[in-house]
Amino acid sequence: MEKQGKIVFQHFQFHYGSFLALKDINLSIRSNQIFAILGPARSGKTTLLKSMNRLTDLIFGTNHTGRIFIDGQEIYDPNVSLPELRRRVGMVFDLPTALPLSIFENVAYGPRLKGLREKGRLEETVEKSLQAAVLWDEVKDRLHSSALRLSGGQQQRLCIARMLALEPEIIMLDEPCSGLDPISTASIERSLVALKEKYTILLVPHNIQQASRVADRVGFFLGGEMIEEGLADQIFTRPQNRKTEDYISGRFG
Amino acid sequence: MFREKVLEKSFLLIALSSISILALIAFFIFQQGIPLMWKVGPNSFLLGDRWFPSKESFGIFPMIVGSFWVTLGSLVVGVPLGVACAIFLCELTPPAIAMVLRPMIQLLAAIPSVIYGFWGLIVLVPIIRDSLGGPGLSILAGSLVLGIMILPTIISIAEDSLRALPRSYKEGALSLGATHWQTIWRVLLPAARSGIASSVILGMGRAIGETMAMIMILGNAAQMPHSILDSARTLTTNIGIEMGYASGDHRQALFATGVVLFFIIMALNSLALFLSRRRRA
Amino acid sequence: MRMRISRHHTQALAKGVIWVAAFSTLVVMFWILYQVLREGLPRLHFEFFLQAPRQMGRAGGISSTIIGTIALTIVAIVIATPLGVGTAIFLREYTRESRVSRVIRFGTDCLAGVPSIIFGLFGFVFFVIFLGLGWSILSGGLTLATMILPTIICTAEEAIKAVPYTYREASFALGGTRWQTIRKMVLPNALPGILTGLLLGVGRSVGETAAVILTAGSSFITPGSLFSPIRTMAVHFYILAREGISMEMAYATGAALILLILAINMAANWLMYRYVHRA
Repeated sequence: MEKQGKIVFQHFQFHYGSFLALKDINLSIRSNQIFAILGPARSGKTTLLKSMNRLTDLIFGTNHTGRIFIDGQEIYDPNVSLPELRRRVGMVFDLPTALPLSIFENVAYGPRLKGLREKGRLEETVEKSLQAAVLWDEVKDRLHSSALRLSGGQQQRLCIARMLALEPEIIMLDEPCSGLDPISTASIERSLVALKEKYTILLVPHNIQQASRVADRVGFFLGGEMIEEGLADQIFTRPQNRKTEDYISGRFG
Repeated sequence: MFREKVLEKSFLLIALSSISILALIAFFIFQQGIPLMWKVGPNSFLLGDRWFPSKESFGIFPMIVGSFWVTLGSLVVGVPLGVACAIFLCELTPPAIAMVLRPMIQLLAAIPSVIYGFWGLIVLVPIIRDSLGGPGLSILAGSLVLGIMILPTIISIAEDSLRALPRSYKEGALSLGATHWQTIWRVLLPAARSGIASSVILGMGRAIGETMAMIMILGNAAQMPHSILDSARTLTTNIGIEMGYASGDHRQALFATGVVLFFIIMALNSLALFLSRRRRA
Repeated sequence: MRMRISRHHTQALAKGVIWVAAFSTLVVMFWILYQVLREGLPRLHFEFFLQAPRQMGRAGGISSTIIGTIALTIVAIVIATPLGVGTAIFLREYTRESRVSRVIRFGTDCLAGVPSIIFGLFGFVFFVIFLGLGWSILSGGLTLATMILPTIICTAEEAIKAVPYTYREASFALGGTRWQTIRKMVLPNALPGILTGLLLGVGRSVGETAAVILTAGSSFITPGSLFSPIRTMAVHFYILAREGISMEMAYATGAALILLILAINMAANWLMYRYVHRA
């Protein structure tokens, strides 16, 4: 039973009702790297991410078998505190989900839920997080205006800042750049590379090129199964599985 | 975590309030009314046509008949006019005008029934008395006013059903050469019929349950009506008029009237729910 | 050629009938309001609202009935709002379609269909007699609360349903518990819709007569406490009209009643269009 690696999936299967979305996933992800989850639509990529912060618990009629360990601790253990887990494993969704609050309150939302009330520390946290998300300079003069007025790219960076304010250990991003222009995409990719110094990053990339730009390791998923996993260079130049090769070379998508 | 569990259970308890209140209502009404109904005998209570509380005579058949005729009359007035207005709003006026008219019709739904009753008393009753004879305080007056009162209900639900129809129905019919009216009459109305039926049943429920306006204009004679110009009582007005001074068996007889009313409404409600569930299926 | 004319004739006739029907319906409905307002509005002056009824209502004003109406409505809203919003929260946030939720919805639907006179009988035997509250603001308010409960549940549920799921998901992803998410994300965003429902409940309470007479009495003396009997404006109007005490006073009270309902309705509509209908 290997428990190496920050995140370990052990024979993990996931069902939506009778539909099997993830089949026998065995995966170990080390810390401080960017792990890209590659694959065509409906391969279970989002399910993989959401089962890690147990957002799948919110959906009715789901169940799983197998285990997921984070730092050696099983996350589906009934004693695990869900809010605590979700703070440790932060998530950014594919559509920017700015809350209908001011920019400041968006970023402060998570810390407030945790119980942080002191104004000085909140301001400090907000500034630090917005800086790490490369958004501070653009919004520092209008922190108390509505976040809904930001552009798509800015909102997405706001979501990253919001998540960083909770000081997670693991960051998951589900196609964070979908619908964004190339400049916003590039700035988010740059932030990700900077962030991997402190965090473990799981990324569902928008396309293969994005994965090749930023990922350290890559896992290829198809129909709920992990077909192949390894160093990014290796997967992109010398894939070992036929299906991986077909996907990378664009024979299907 | 514990706090969350406690909160969940608390909300569950709160959510059970509506069904608990319903149960309480049923319990207390029945507790007061059933013994009397049993004592008098259900047959003689429901079918007896003499209501003389001072002589311990409790037959509510005249009231059942009164309720029936008034409700029927209100539907005769309210349904055609209501559906006509729904068609009008949905198909015959530009959306801008309809958007102005709709909140105004909603406003009319919020007007208390005593205002409608008052108008009936001041305006309608003298007209009936002068032109058609009789006391004026009559089933006719009641039907007319009640019909007007249920119009907003019927209009809004019938119109909603018409508007909810897929555009393709109308466009398909028109493109096959049907006139606008033929489309409305042969395609849209039949397609919306279950929604219109719901509106009728809801209107009926409202009509059967109406009290104050009916007290003001029905004349409240506790005897079998023989024409629409006769005064009459309904199940509701029977309770409303005498509850103020009734005691003992008399009071319990009023509760028993309430029991009958309760059953009728529950039956109507179930019918409405059944129809709406079938519509969704 | 002959058939085409006939079809269009039918259409013209049918549309004409509909126009006449709709027009006359709307005219009659507004005529009713107009009648009362025309006779009653001129008789509304300040003293009318500030004086209590005198000589059984033949003279004076309606101040005690205004107080009665307000007091009754406040009690009804204070009781019904937590129960109604709480039910809506449970149905939307704590459960899925299940046996429990179906039972709750059945209860709510049935309660909505119960006639007001039955509520009056219930309020009388339960609040006035069984709980010993007597004819009072409390009895009347509690009875009204049971009457407006279904409305509040319904509108609160719609309002809560309208809050986008993405807000909730984001809140959970940021470590929020279910109650935190409800309190900080769902309820604040559902507030305008909930308030609209409360206004509808207020409108119902103001206009209700049958249940109020049987539970709050009909005293037109200014109430001293929650246990005092009172007369609402609607009840006062009814008594004036039915007993034939004073047509002028009746018109005036009726006009005041209509204006109040108008104001409440307009407030509800404004809330809806300003806050609830934005995309």
